[in-house]
Amino acid sequence: MEITTHDLWTVLHGMGFGALFMLAFSGALAEIYRAIAPGGASARERSLLSFYLAALVVLAWLTVFSGAYIVYPWYRAVPPAGATDLADYPRRLLLSSGKTSEWHNIGMEWKEHVSWLAPIAMTMVAYVTLKYGRSMAGHRGMRACVLGFALAAFVATGIAGAFGAFLNKYAPVRGGSVIILMEGE
Amino acid sequence: MRNSGPLSEGAPNGSGAAAILAAGFGCAALGILAFAGDASETIGKALNFYNPTGTLSGVTTLAILAWIVSWCVLNLAWRRRDVEFSLVGGLAFLGLAVGFLLTFPPFMDLLQGR
Repeated sequence: MEITTHDLWTVLHGMGFGALFMLAFSGALAEIYRAIAPGGASARERSLLSFYLAALVVLAWLTVFSGAYIVYPWYRAVPPAGATDLADYPRRLLLSSGKTSEWHNIGMEWKEHVSWLAPIAMTMVAYVTLKYGRSMAGHRGMRACVLGFALAAFVATGIAGAFGAFLNKYAPVRGGSVIILMEGE
Repeated sequence: MRNSGPLSEGAPNGSGAAAILAAGFGCAALGILAFAGDASETIGKALNFYNPTGTLSGVTTLAILAWIVSWCVLNLAWRRRDVEFSLVGGLAFLGLAVGFLLTFPPFMDLLQGR
């Protein structure tokens, strides 16, 4: 059983950070809703919410930074002149055929930008929720903004995650050093 | 037992409004920069701060800077006062919509007449 460093980082980016953000989100949304509703949350629930929100913010930033500065450069690597095997050059591989080019032109082009809305939105949501807590119960406008931006962060991550999964199916990021996890018989 | 004490009872809404409007502004900046980098080759090259990542590096760096700077400025201006929230909320959601739309390639192409 072996994995390359590029594969490992791609898995960490998508499944480690991005998918964990998506998984944690539904729980966080319920906690946010409870914290800003009339009656509010208990001190223990607020501590849990603080941890939840901090984790979501960290995961959101880790997802976009690992994607843009570690995985994306491998995705857009330029093949040497005359190369015919484009397996190690995912962007060029997708663009080489009209049957796959839109996965890059729409999928990757949207994913690489829209995903950055999530950490910006989630950082604001965490700050406002923790600063105002249940005093937002009487403030419909602020509550709507917090919940709306939280939902937008989820949608942006969902778009990026879905396209990421498809892109990795049609043109996976491969290469790097091989890490042997286990030897077979 | 529920805690009766809110996190900041009676606190002015200015700090929250500043964070929300700045987030909307950051999202809009991201969309506008992504669109500009796509529409103009010159701007695209100027936004190439880090070659392995290309234009995306400049788009995101500048959008994050715009977001943080606007948050600091708005917070300094509003932290001790209440602001009219309907306008702030409307502008923030407008910024968010701009961010979504201007990062969507078919919409970018439509605006450029492609």
